[in-house]
Amino acid sequence: MKKTWTAYPYILWMIIFTIVPLGLLLYFSFTVTSSTGTIFSLDNFRRFNQPIYLKVLFRSLKLAGVSTILCFALGYPAAMFLAGRDLKHRNTMVLLMVLPMWVNFLLRTYAWLTLLERKGLINTILGAIGLPSLSLLYNDFAVFLGMVYNFLPFMVLPIYSILSKIDRNLIEAAEDLGANPFLVFLKITFPLSIPGIISGITMVFMPAVTTFVISRLLGGGQYTLIGNLIEQQFLTVGDWNFGSAISTVMMAIILIGMGFASRYETEQEGSGLW
Amino acid sequence: MKSLGKILVAILLISTVILAGGCGPSSKAALNVYNWGDYIDETVLKDFEKQYKVKVNYDTFTTNEDMYVKLKAGGSSYDLVIPSDYMIKRMIDEDMVEKLDFNNIPNYQHIGATFKQLDFDPQDQYSVPYMWGTVGILYNKKMVPTTPDSWKILWDKKYAKQILMMDSQRDCIGITLKMLGYSLNSENLSELEQAKEALIQQKPLVLAYVVDEVKDKMIAEEAALAVVWSGDAVYCIRENENLDYVIPKEGSNLWFDSMIIPKGAANKEAAENFINFMCDTEIAFRNADYIGYSSPHTEAVKKLPREITDNRSAYPLEEDLTNCEVFTKLVNVLKEFDRIWTEVKAE
Repeated sequence: MKKTWTAYPYILWMIIFTIVPLGLLLYFSFTVTSSTGTIFSLDNFRRFNQPIYLKVLFRSLKLAGVSTILCFALGYPAAMFLAGRDLKHRNTMVLLMVLPMWVNFLLRTYAWLTLLERKGLINTILGAIGLPSLSLLYNDFAVFLGMVYNFLPFMVLPIYSILSKIDRNLIEAAEDLGANPFLVFLKITFPLSIPGIISGITMVFMPAVTTFVISRLLGGGQYTLIGNLIEQQFLTVGDWNFGSAISTVMMAIILIGMGFASRYETEQEGSGLW
Repeated sequence: MKSLGKILVAILLISTVILAGGCGPSSKAALNVYNWGDYIDETVLKDFEKQYKVKVNYDTFTTNEDMYVKLKAGGSSYDLVIPSDYMIKRMIDEDMVEKLDFNNIPNYQHIGATFKQLDFDPQDQYSVPYMWGTVGILYNKKMVPTTPDSWKILWDKKYAKQILMMDSQRDCIGITLKMLGYSLNSENLSELEQAKEALIQQKPLVLAYVVDEVKDKMIAEEAALAVVWSGDAVYCIRENENLDYVIPKEGSNLWFDSMIIPKGAANKEAAENFINFMCDTEIAFRNADYIGYSSPHTEAVKKLPREITDNRSAYPLEEDLTNCEVFTKLVNVLKEFDRIWTEVKAE
């Protein structure tokens, strides 16, 4: 891209709020501070390489992976449904999809607390129609629910934007040549929507793998995820070096993931969100 | 059009720089107070603003550790902080606390003698007590038929998924040490290891680890037993009469939260005025009455209704406190505590 001077505010912004903090993060993660001063060290990474921390890492990856799959399973049909409506209805429905996101993320998660409690709204209704109450809060179910609920729009929107741009003629041509609707989906729609799916997956997986609010509020603090671990290092223990090291590992994993995704996308010449 | 664009860019650039540089501490005329969440009658702040013509910026924290890390990291500019005993000791030792000028705090005379010369500030140079209390078990009489007298009830399978623990390293590990019959200030690694095992063993029975949410949960009868600070217990009992509070027989934590002025406070004089204001009988009474914690202020306690001052959960008798200990500053095991806590929570 040709640099023009209109880009400078953005570059300045990037330096102040992205490059400098990243540099600090790397600096902290590769040093240890003791009474004698700050020295270069790999101790923080060595410490992370213990079963206890690796267990937390794998749990986070697993939880985020399952949430992403759930979001995809729910989100793809929703996106197809949206893209299949005519333009007037489509916009209304997309608006309805995005509307809850205008409410603060924390508030929405707190709202689930009231719904899921033992004497919360759902159990009260179950009780009123004579059904036994369920324990819905502070377990895997609640954490997955929180994740899927919060991140679903990030899956639906990129897939929807790709699906709605697919050339109708391609589908009609396939139909003319005798393909049934299932075959059309398998051979035309799905392959063309892959860039959107990849955007969706990255956009759901990344916040899901680093979340610490959902696991604390809906998991009752019993599910230490990598995000909680980082938060604890910074806020409770004050061990910024170790906290930075965990963040660095996380970032490396995410960068590798993104690298794969973007390579795939350029091959497909897609128009995802990245 | 091009020149217009240039002007716009210039404005953007300048405002970015100003914004980046201008987010520092607020002006000198303000008093920045950092206190526990839910720990003051906020109308008191308005009254202080009116009387002293100083704007009060009021922030809250959830645990002593959160507060310490934020202050230690620098960049914050608090003039008055209200941490607990062991944390005050740590901050004094690390030269983070200003000495107070008691000439500006004449109302200090109302603080009871038992709350002076406490171990963390033996010469009364740095801190003025704000509230005190204990840690104990808040339980629902409908769900727990017999009065619990031991921490062991929190390990009773009968109450699986009906127990709320406090999401705070020091308190959780402390009461577990007490349950095992050790001091809650133990730095003995094998004792700490036993506490860890006990906490891991207890985990399947725990409904959740919470701090401020505990009040709502217990009032709504979402759980049968919870580890709480005494003042929260008083508040909950006021809202739901099925609840009651005990200090287990093994003993517990006795704590004091005191007002201090951190080193480098921009507005020390206003902070001392604030301390004095908080020790005013009427104000101390309003705070104690509103939040339900026990006040060290002799005159304010006299003004409180008898059912509160006679209530042994809020104002325990000497005999209730026999086995109780004040937290001391941990020297060598802070990282150990963190490791234990991570292992318990990651299990």
